[in-house]
Amino acid sequence: MEITQLSHYQQAILLLAALIALTSFLMLGQSRLLRLVFIFAVQGILLSITTALAADVLDSPHLYISALLTLSLKGIFIPIMLQRLVINMGLHRDMETLRNPARVMMAGTGLMVFSYYVCLPIVKLSPLITLNTIAISMAVVLLGMLLMITRRQAVAHVVGFMSIENGLFFAAVVSTYGMPMVVELGIAFDVLVAAVLFGVFFFHIRSSIDSLDVDQLNRLSEVEK
Amino acid sequence: MSLFFAYLSVVAALVSGLAALATDKRSELDRLATSLLRRWPKLHARAQCVFSATHYAEYHRNSLFILLGVSGVSAVLASAMALFSGSVVTDTLPFGLPWLHWHIRFDALSAFFYLIIGLVLVAVSLFGPGYVREFEHGKHSLSVLGFFTGLFVAGMELVLLADDAFFFVIAWELMSVSSYFLVAFQHEQASNRRAAFLYLLMAVIGAISIILAYGVLAGFSGGLTFDQFRSVKLTPVWASVAFVLALIGFGMKAGLVPFHAWLPEAHPAAPSHISALMSGVMLKVAVYGFIRFTFDLLDEVYWQWGLVALLLGTASAVLGILYAMQQQNLKRLLAYSSVENIGIIFIALGLALIFFSSGQARLGTLGIIAALMHCLNHALFKSLLFLGAGAILHNTHEQSLENMGGLIHRMPKLSGIFLIGCLSISALPPFNGFVSEWLIFQTALQTGNLDSGVIRSLIPTASAVLALTSALAAGCFVNVYGVAFLGLPRSKHVASCHEVSHQGMLVGPAFLAVFCVLFGVFPTPLIETLNVVTGQLVGSTLPQVSALGWLWVSPVAKEVASYSPFLVLLGILVTVSACYQVFYLRSGRLESRRADTWDCGFGGLNARMQYTSTGFVMPFRRIFQPVFDIDERIEEQKSGPDGFHTQRLRYHLHVSDISWGYVYQPVARSVLGLSRWVSRIQTGNIRTYLAYSFFTLLILLWGIS
Amino acid sequence: MAWLLALLQTLLFIASAPILAGWLKKVKCRLQNRRAPSLFQPYRDLRKLWRKEPVVAHPASWIFKATPYIVLSTTVLTASIIPLIAVNLPTAKVADVVVLIGFFALGRFFLALAGMDIGTAFGGMGSSREMMVSSLAEPAMLMAVFTLAMSASTTNLSEAMKYVLDTGLVLRPSFVFAMLGLMLVAVAETGRIPVDNPTTHLELTMIHEAMILEYSGRHLGLIEWASQIKLMIYGVLIVNIFFPWGIAQDFSLRSLGVGALSLGLKLIGLTVLLGLSEVILAKMRVFRVQEYLSFAYLLTLLGMLSHIILEIQH
Repeated sequence: MEITQLSHYQQAILLLAALIALTSFLMLGQSRLLRLVFIFAVQGILLSITTALAADVLDSPHLYISALLTLSLKGIFIPIMLQRLVINMGLHRDMETLRNPARVMMAGTGLMVFSYYVCLPIVKLSPLITLNTIAISMAVVLLGMLLMITRRQAVAHVVGFMSIENGLFFAAVVSTYGMPMVVELGIAFDVLVAAVLFGVFFFHIRSSIDSLDVDQLNRLSEVEK
Repeated sequence: MSLFFAYLSVVAALVSGLAALATDKRSELDRLATSLLRRWPKLHARAQCVFSATHYAEYHRNSLFILLGVSGVSAVLASAMALFSGSVVTDTLPFGLPWLHWHIRFDALSAFFYLIIGLVLVAVSLFGPGYVREFEHGKHSLSVLGFFTGLFVAGMELVLLADDAFFFVIAWELMSVSSYFLVAFQHEQASNRRAAFLYLLMAVIGAISIILAYGVLAGFSGGLTFDQFRSVKLTPVWASVAFVLALIGFGMKAGLVPFHAWLPEAHPAAPSHISALMSGVMLKVAVYGFIRFTFDLLDEVYWQWGLVALLLGTASAVLGILYAMQQQNLKRLLAYSSVENIGIIFIALGLALIFFSSGQARLGTLGIIAALMHCLNHALFKSLLFLGAGAILHNTHEQSLENMGGLIHRMPKLSGIFLIGCLSISALPPFNGFVSEWLIFQTALQTGNLDSGVIRSLIPTASAVLALTSALAAGCFVNVYGVAFLGLPRSKHVASCHEVSHQGMLVGPAFLAVFCVLFGVFPTPLIETLNVVTGQLVGSTLPQVSALGWLWVSPVAKEVASYSPFLVLLGILVTVSACYQVFYLRSGRLESRRADTWDCGFGGLNARMQYTSTGFVMPFRRIFQPVFDIDERIEEQKSGPDGFHTQRLRYHLHVSDISWGYVYQPVARSVLGLSRWVSRIQTGNIRTYLAYSFFTLLILLWGIS
Repeated sequence: MAWLLALLQTLLFIASAPILAGWLKKVKCRLQNRRAPSLFQPYRDLRKLWRKEPVVAHPASWIFKATPYIVLSTTVLTASIIPLIAVNLPTAKVADVVVLIGFFALGRFFLALAGMDIGTAFGGMGSSREMMVSSLAEPAMLMAVFTLAMSASTTNLSEAMKYVLDTGLVLRPSFVFAMLGLMLVAVAETGRIPVDNPTTHLELTMIHEAMILEYSGRHLGLIEWASQIKLMIYGVLIVNIFFPWGIAQDFSLRSLGVGALSLGLKLIGLTVLLGLSEVILAKMRVFRVQEYLSFAYLLTLLGMLSHIILEIQH
């Protein structure tokens, strides 16, 4: 479908998909944790707006509830929790300088082209209008994983994990008519519990090895060196 | 008729080479002339005058370059005739092997490269006499220089004429070996010897690769002539093998990254007019070889080839210009800039390959035309810059930018001509460098016609890198012109030098500058001529180029993009004169007043306080730091009781090529390692050698039975 | 007839550039709680400069004196190509967007040479930094052009604007990203905060000003006018390519009037945005400009990728 033939709501979905991909890229390049959490919150809000628009386009009202759930959990609640965690641990003054920002960004672009290439057969199969965005959602998943690989801070790992889940949710909204409500609620509460557990876990890690740098977890190895 | 002029060009170059051998033979020639011309006193008197001790050197030198000039003019005539008639002429020369005589083919592609050789040769032959004069009083004999120059030019032209693999390789080797002697001309410096050795080594490796590429084709076609190669059909695997071998071989001679290490060493070592020939023409002959092989001899092209060429071209372009910026030796800088421009040519060729492989013949033609046009443009402005650098070297004996400055006041005419060269190479409208880069951008912008989305996202990225390259080139040549010609002189030699005295040293570069402007302002006739070339080569042309008239260029269609450099130039001239009228002439002719430079009230401004070339390019060195191998040290000599006072401070900066560490040294180490492993056969023990003979005998006996 | 109209449009363009500069000053002063000078003050400044005697340093060559004329003429030529209030004018065919970038490069080349002409440290520093900023901005600008050309399948500005007009109000992600990237590049190329401060003369903070430090009198007047025209050029490019509604498609007086009015309103809005950003943001350190321009390149690259992924039929 040429973009000129779509209705304005559908064009808005495409625009929001592109903005979500932009937030994933911005998260890759952020060195301060509070800003990272803020961009994650923005991604959650954009995702909820997209879900609401998809509810209108695809004519499935239960997506409105999904949108509300996403907004409250991923847009407001979890970011606030992470922000309080960061401030309580005193990490908001740390700055993790990326060693090779240019290479990470090039890898991100390559991942986007790769996910486009991989999703091409799927896009050709279906008549669903908004299916072009499945390449974007796969790109968001892959960029989240790249975020986890390239960062040393444990809180950044949590954000990366959450953004993977964002990508999967986006893919589900776009390609099927949203997930069944039960599955939706289950996953949402799982994510919430995971966030709480992470917070508890971090205090433990910090008290045992005195830092939240995951490279230091090597010290916990049992093998004799 | 065109073939006659082509032959005349080769013969004139050879005669020039042979005549150079007579450099030190003045007395023998005098005696010979006396004995022969005894009966014609007037001719005898004339000959006496020519062979006299005072005038012989000048006449001899001029005759060499006149012969080269004849060679150049006949090359231009040959190409003009062939391009206008659009005919293909073939011939056979009775040299070579008894069953394989040398085949000659002079078609539009050869004619176009003949044009390149001819134009540059004319400029070099005008420049040469004044420049070469200083070598006469040196330790090196002009006979060597002249002889190998003649052979070099003849070799290049024979490569363009060759129509079978045997003749092609012979001419190629003639070109390589004679230019080796030219690079090693000033051999008392160890760096020049090393540069010449590296050049010869890489030329030989490249030639082996080319021979293997032709070998693949010969194996499948059963013969060595190009006509037999054209008719054979290869499987994709073997065609790709041949393509890779040709890319390595021709790319090594053209200076494609990572095979470029010889270029920045060899071009500064040679005399400046030879550098102009090598950089301007020889690299293009390598590009000709590549085009001939890929588009003419191979029947089908694949998009993977285009992608490889595009990637190598992009890498060459950006790495070439980044390294060029960091050089202080002017000729080395120009050599790296040649690497950049060869990269740009290969970008265009890669795009052409991609478009041809997906069936878009017209867009592929646009790519080839852009590449060919850039070949011509680069030959013109790079030769101009090298000749200018030679003139500067001749008058100031300085090669380093850090010692130059203020030359615009000492050498005003040369600085004007050099400015045109700098403007052309920075791809600025309305000069010729801009037209070929614009065509490459237009080719890349047609990427929407391709099917594969992955290629469609790679091509814009390559174009963005090309845009970065051309902006960096502008920065590099602002640096060159600003540091060398503007500002205050940074050394005594430069402060007291004079304008170029020999008129030929100005007319040669000026000749090239005129063509730079001409091809920039009227590119459409040139593109129509290139249509003839591509019509013969790949069978398609650009029909819409002159759709709006001969003053406009519209490569794809007039709604897609159009450009009229003539109107642009007219607009600039009209606006400048209007401003001049309004603001100067009509407002009371307020003359500007000369005063001292603003010095913030401190006083004492001298030439040491202005920006150096190293300082100018520091931001680029810092931003693109991963690309370089930077050795930057500060050595402090402290004194005083606790070592607090710094007595001397020494700043050391050396930027070297990372390809040495990543490509060349590993290859050299592995070759040495392999040879050491093989040399274990040579144990020195006589019983081992007897054992070798014994086992060979056993195997042969077993084999026979 | 059309050529005469093109000439009039060009004259209107270059004559109204100082008003834009005056309006920008008014916006900034308002936001900083100051009293702004009159909207026509830039005209008075220019006239004052044109009447003054230019002072030229001793080491200067002919390049120093010729550069103001060359810079102004390339800027005026660029202004004549861009459709200001009417598309379909013949001057739009003389050059396309890539040539436009080339024109700016030509003016910048001579300005950088003029900076090095006097042989002081200020000039060399300004030229060096200016070439650095411009070379980093080129890939982003070209990628934005690419994105536009892939949608409109032309690089002719007039044709591109007609394409956007014909397809109506379409929310393209590629255009959104290209516009954002182009705005960032425009700030860098015109030397506004946060890349360069156009009102400073401190050596650590100058880029454009350092190159033209030695100029005075009518030379300085020409260069100042050229930089005002350049700012207007970028503004007109952004508003007319991405929001071309209102531009005249025929040459009747009514549509030309509507075109002028809509352009004026759009430029007023864009200038308020520019003024806001200049007041809120602080000038960056010189080596942070690299990250800023890499971000602009990332935006335009994403625009191109989202065009390929999202906007076309497979």
